[in-house]
Amino acid sequence: MFKKKKGLLTVLLLAMLSVLVLSACGSKDSSGDQSKESGKNALEAIKEKDKIVFGVKNDTRLFGLKDPKTGNIEGFDIDIAKEIAKIILGDESKAEFKEVTSKTRIPLLQKGDIDAIVATMTITEERKKEVDFSDVYFEAGQALLVKKGSPIKSIDDIKKGTKVLAVKGSTSAVNIREKAPDATVLEFENYAEAFTALKAGQGDTLTTDNAILYGMVDEDPNYQVVGDIFTDEPYGIAVKKDSPELVQAINDALKELKDNGKYDELYKKWIKTSN
Amino acid sequence: MDFAGAYSPDHLKFLLDGFFVTLKVAIISIIASFVIAAFVGIIRYTKIPILSQIFAVIVEIVRNLPLLLIIFFTFFALPEIGIEMSIEMAAIVALTIFESSMISEIIRSGLNSIEKGQIEAGRSSGLTYTQTLWHIVLPQALRRMVPPIVSQFISLLKDTSLAVVIALPELMHNAQVINAQNVNFIIPIFILAAFMYWAVNYTLSIIARKLELKTS
Amino acid sequence: MPDFSILTENWDMYIKGFFITIYTSLIGLIGSFILGTILAIFRIAPFKPFNWIGTIYIEFFRNIPLLIIAFFLFTALPTINMQLDGFQAGTLALIIYTSAFIAEAIRAGILSIPKGQTEAARSSGLTYTQTMRYIILPQAIKIVIPPLGNQFINLVKNSSILTILAAGDLMYQADLISTRTFVTFDVYIFVAIFYLVITIPLSTGVNYLEKRLARSN
Repeated sequence: MFKKKKGLLTVLLLAMLSVLVLSACGSKDSSGDQSKESGKNALEAIKEKDKIVFGVKNDTRLFGLKDPKTGNIEGFDIDIAKEIAKIILGDESKAEFKEVTSKTRIPLLQKGDIDAIVATMTITEERKKEVDFSDVYFEAGQALLVKKGSPIKSIDDIKKGTKVLAVKGSTSAVNIREKAPDATVLEFENYAEAFTALKAGQGDTLTTDNAILYGMVDEDPNYQVVGDIFTDEPYGIAVKKDSPELVQAINDALKELKDNGKYDELYKKWIKTSN
Repeated sequence: MDFAGAYSPDHLKFLLDGFFVTLKVAIISIIASFVIAAFVGIIRYTKIPILSQIFAVIVEIVRNLPLLLIIFFTFFALPEIGIEMSIEMAAIVALTIFESSMISEIIRSGLNSIEKGQIEAGRSSGLTYTQTLWHIVLPQALRRMVPPIVSQFISLLKDTSLAVVIALPELMHNAQVINAQNVNFIIPIFILAAFMYWAVNYTLSIIARKLELKTS
Repeated sequence: MPDFSILTENWDMYIKGFFITIYTSLIGLIGSFILGTILAIFRIAPFKPFNWIGTIYIEFFRNIPLLIIAFFLFTALPTINMQLDGFQAGTLALIIYTSAFIAEAIRAGILSIPKGQTEAARSSGLTYTQTMRYIILPQAIKIVIPPLGNQFINLVKNSSILTILAAGDLMYQADLISTRTFVTFDVYIFVAIFYLVITIPLSTGVNYLEKRLARSN
């Protein structure tokens, strides 16, 4: 008798709670997957919802930096994204921005939170397996940032025990280990933390694309970029794999921007130090 | 150190925005955790075969892993098997997975702390097992569970800061964004951010202690 | 089934991280035990200013995130010319944070010994120190060991914040491995197993001690 009642209670409880849990999960799913409209091609989907969501950096001066005063993100990447939205959808206000990091951008693209990545992203063979890239929209190369007066003048000065700061998930962390195998490489979650660590004396030099480093110099002139670039880092705009229509539309837009002089205008606006 | 520059109105607003995200994520997570933990805790208390053992294993594993690993796992690894979430959802899910395993243990030991004699007494006075559980055991157990659950909520609020690694725009993240601008902001900003966490958590810990005194 | 080649090919990195995690946890445990004991004594000492210091310390550090302490030591201290590297800053943060919890556990242990025992011991001719040494502390330690064990488990788990300071612990190595192999899921599964290898025996031990203690009372 006791047992039987207990069994009944169990079933009841189970049923009630599983409904509760499932409904909680269900509502989670629906909110997470709203932008997942597979089946249609990516360009059509964008035109249908009449906006493009770009994944951009929020901590990279000159390319994508969040201004705490206004909450807006500003930079070369942002302006390029706005121009692309203007060409594809007719209005730059149809570009929406979501903040990403080097580590989060591909997952966010794949889950459909963002339609395209314009976030200082180097085109690599490995990444091509996961995403589609547009044509190159910015030619960057890896370099070193040091405090003025540092004995490090080029990559040859990186010796055993030199602490090099880098960002997780970026190509520069992989490259520096190849080019300077003796260095101690410390990898941080994002550029803000890496630069703060450099300022706090936690490393001798910080390495990433020169374009980003110039942004840091712009922020704090006590630091300088040294030596020649030692890699080629062509930046591309990434979209979800197998969306040739969207890639084509972006490439056409980039070409138009280069032809009508808008690209050079933006380049000059943001990238002042061009040596 | 530049306190005046660090505490500009824009920065303060930015930190407050972050703190609201912290509170929002923590509150949603604690509610979700409680629902799931109640389910798991009751199953384990009533010792329903198989299910009870499965939950025991899951709870034991999750409780013994770093939350940071669970956050990374939810955000970076789950997409590999087709489960994809936004940053905020990933933070909520990770915190909920971790906290519900903690709270389920609180609920289970809360239920276990009610003497078995009371169940027998309830049954012999003519109540069914369900009625006994509902009217006798649960009300007493709940009262005993509240203080540790409030303490757990304090942990949760603190743990939300770990979501900085997936760039959730919570208090810690926004503090770091301001810190990156100027090294002279770092100390003032950390002091303020620490105070914000402290003020809420200390208040909660006083509430937890008052409740504890009441129940004991 | 996870791909075991990830584990075998990156074994050195996993092991390196494993030892760094254990190392920081052990230093953290010793450090926070010492600091926690001092704070506990401060809180029960018959001298008000000591009580205040102990209380302020505990109530402050228990209620702020560990991460903020770690970031503070790592990036804020250097601005006033105190340089700690990632490992030092992370480990010190663990000590500062955990000692607040350990202090409370030790204090509760000491207070749980009935006052009557002290009085009885004193009236039978023992000094205060002897009473503490032979009567109170041995009993208190028995009570304190399970919560201390729990704090040690937390310490091992919390040591993962070293990752954010690039200090080379298990979680950090896992991130490096996943950047290189482009595999995340399996890399994290293996790192989880490494953590469980440390924490599951500890929590089993704590459970056993708790049960034994409950029975002996």
